Amino acid sequence: MAEKSQHTRLAGPSHTGTEIGVVAFMTLFGAIVIGGSLQVGIDWGVEGPKAGFFPFYLGVLIIISSAVNFVQIMMARSDALFAEWGQLRRVLAVVVPTTIYVALIPYAGIYLASALLIAAFMKWLGRYGWSLIVAVSAGVPIATYLLLERWFLIPLPKGPIEDFLGL
Amino acid sequence: MEEIVNLFHGFAVVLQPFNIMVMIVGILLGVIIGVLPGLGGANGVAILLPLTFSMSPTSAIIMLSCIYWGALFGGAITSILFNIPGEPWSVATTFDGHPMARQGRAGEALTAAFTSSFVGALFAVIVITLVAPLVARFALQFGPAEKFSVYFLAFCSFIGMSKEPPFKTVASMMIGFALATVGLDSVTGQLRLTFGFTELLTGFDFLIAVIGLFGIGEILLTMEEGLSFRGGNARINAKVVFQTWAELPRYWVTSLRSCVIGCWMGITPAGATPASFMSYGIAKRMSKRGDNFGNGEIEGVVAPETAAHAAGTSALLPMLALGVPGSPTAAVLLGGLLIWGLQPGPLLFVEQKEFVWGLIASMYLGNLFGLLIVLTCVPLFAAILRIPFSIIAPIILVFCAIGAYSVHNNNFDVVMMLVFGVAGYFLKKCNYPLAPMVLAIVLGDKAEESFRQSLLGSQGSLTVFWSNGLVGTIMALGLIALFWPLIQEAWVRVRAMATA
Repeated sequence: MAEKSQHTRLAGPSHTGTEIGVVAFMTLFGAIVIGGSLQVGIDWGVEGPKAGFFPFYLGVLIIISSAVNFVQIMMARSDALFAEWGQLRRVLAVVVPTTIYVALIPYAGIYLASALLIAAFMKWLGRYGWSLIVAVSAGVPIATYLLLERWFLIPLPKGPIEDFLGL
Repeated sequence: MEEIVNLFHGFAVVLQPFNIMVMIVGILLGVIIGVLPGLGGANGVAILLPLTFSMSPTSAIIMLSCIYWGALFGGAITSILFNIPGEPWSVATTFDGHPMARQGRAGEALTAAFTSSFVGALFAVIVITLVAPLVARFALQFGPAEKFSVYFLAFCSFIGMSKEPPFKTVASMMIGFALATVGLDSVTGQLRLTFGFTELLTGFDFLIAVIGLFGIGEILLTMEEGLSFRGGNARINAKVVFQTWAELPRYWVTSLRSCVIGCWMGITPAGATPASFMSYGIAKRMSKRGDNFGNGEIEGVVAPETAAHAAGTSALLPMLALGVPGSPTAAVLLGGLLIWGLQPGPLLFVEQKEFVWGLIASMYLGNLFGLLIVLTCVPLFAAILRIPFSIIAPIILVFCAIGAYSVHNNNFDVVMMLVFGVAGYFLKKCNYPLAPMVLAIVLGDKAEESFRQSLLGSQGSLTVFWSNGLVGTIMALGLIALFWPLIQEAWVRVRAMATA
């Protein structure tokens, strides 16, 4: 592992680049906030300061502080990496399945989607045998169902399987 | 005197069988949360908040605060045994705790850590018992301008005291405030910043932000680092416990100093993490055996653990007395109050005596129970860490999703949780502090309301914030906190010039 990381040490997006990206996103966010505030009015109305008054100045502060951050980032430029590609691949190995999981919940219900997510993680990242995978990925949703819906009476999104079982 | 009577009423409430059960369940869940990487005090409490919807507010706050105590205790277990801080505030505990475990003194280190945590928490609870009612009584006279000035002070101290670059703190905080303004404007009843999306009508719930930023974001960071657990032995027996207890009183100076540092840092919203580092650093400088710090010195465990717990506990003081939480977890508890239909702030001490004193009494008992539970169940909790991350990670993700969904029974919240999670990963990597953002989302509406009400009273003149001694003093303190780093630098320069 240590040897491998030495070979690939120089591969990956640069830290400065990512920082600039984050600052750009924040500036955009600030601009959207200013735009939205202008729509509802930022001046003084009959009821006092209008709804956009407070957020307008927040947007201005976001843009000012992003500008200062940008200058400071450019002054402290370095060759440091944000992360190695291998590390980012591991991060994506969580983000991608989780995105699919979140997209699946409204259609499949949270229980089936959760079972699939756990099974996928155990298969691809842990390389476990099927018997353990089935036990954990079925056990967690069932335990969750009993704990939340039966004991604490909290309804969770359900899908076709729960309809079929009449739950 | 009245406080003591109220406190005993509180004990009577807490000692009801159901509340004792809730307390023990809370601590057990809390320790598990503290032990697991990716689940911490703030998001753990946020995820479990829906469990309390069907309880009375008093039982609910007992459960949630006990989860918090449990999480504070749990952080020490992983730091000492595995050299993996389960929580940011237990990083300093690894410096001496893990070397002790490697020398076969894990039991000693764990006992010292748990006992110091207990001492720190106890000190802070006593401070809360004595000071909070006074602060609340004082704060009852506050008008909108004074209220805003308290928020101003809290947020300024964040900027002045954080170790992150100040403009990154400002950016993160202002984004939090901006997110809080989305949706219905509570003063004019007008919609704003929704851009026609019906999902945004209700605005952003900070619980979703907490679960995403701290929960999902933390898992992504853990994945990136690629965890491998190399654990020490977790055996702890009565003999070791009593031996360590006999040794601990020797460090009473360190302990007392750490309590004071912790309480100070907890009440001003600097938080448990800087408190633990600062306390460790000062103990290292002051101790006779300071050179040996880092090689398994028991004093190096006592100092950060005491301070972290004192800070974590005293963060509830401003939350209870002023409605201004001192830490993200305190913010989640404050969010809980709003959900249960209670109005946080000084009036709580007048209108909800049973609730407030039940909570304070549960702090005493919860920490005592917590100490007993962790001392007896350490091997059990350590075993949880041996479950591979590839099984634990998806289960944590599932719990995060369930927690995010059940806040409003809304699928869009789960999507937002993921968005906050990815954002949290980038912000954390780029050194933006997340706590001010969360506090700003929680307090945004109230801060804005008091700001606008003050301006309404003064016809738009900002002089209202200097119109009387009280508000002027608090605002001035806020400005001092804001420019503290500059003031410090100037002072050093002046002294250098004077000596030259």
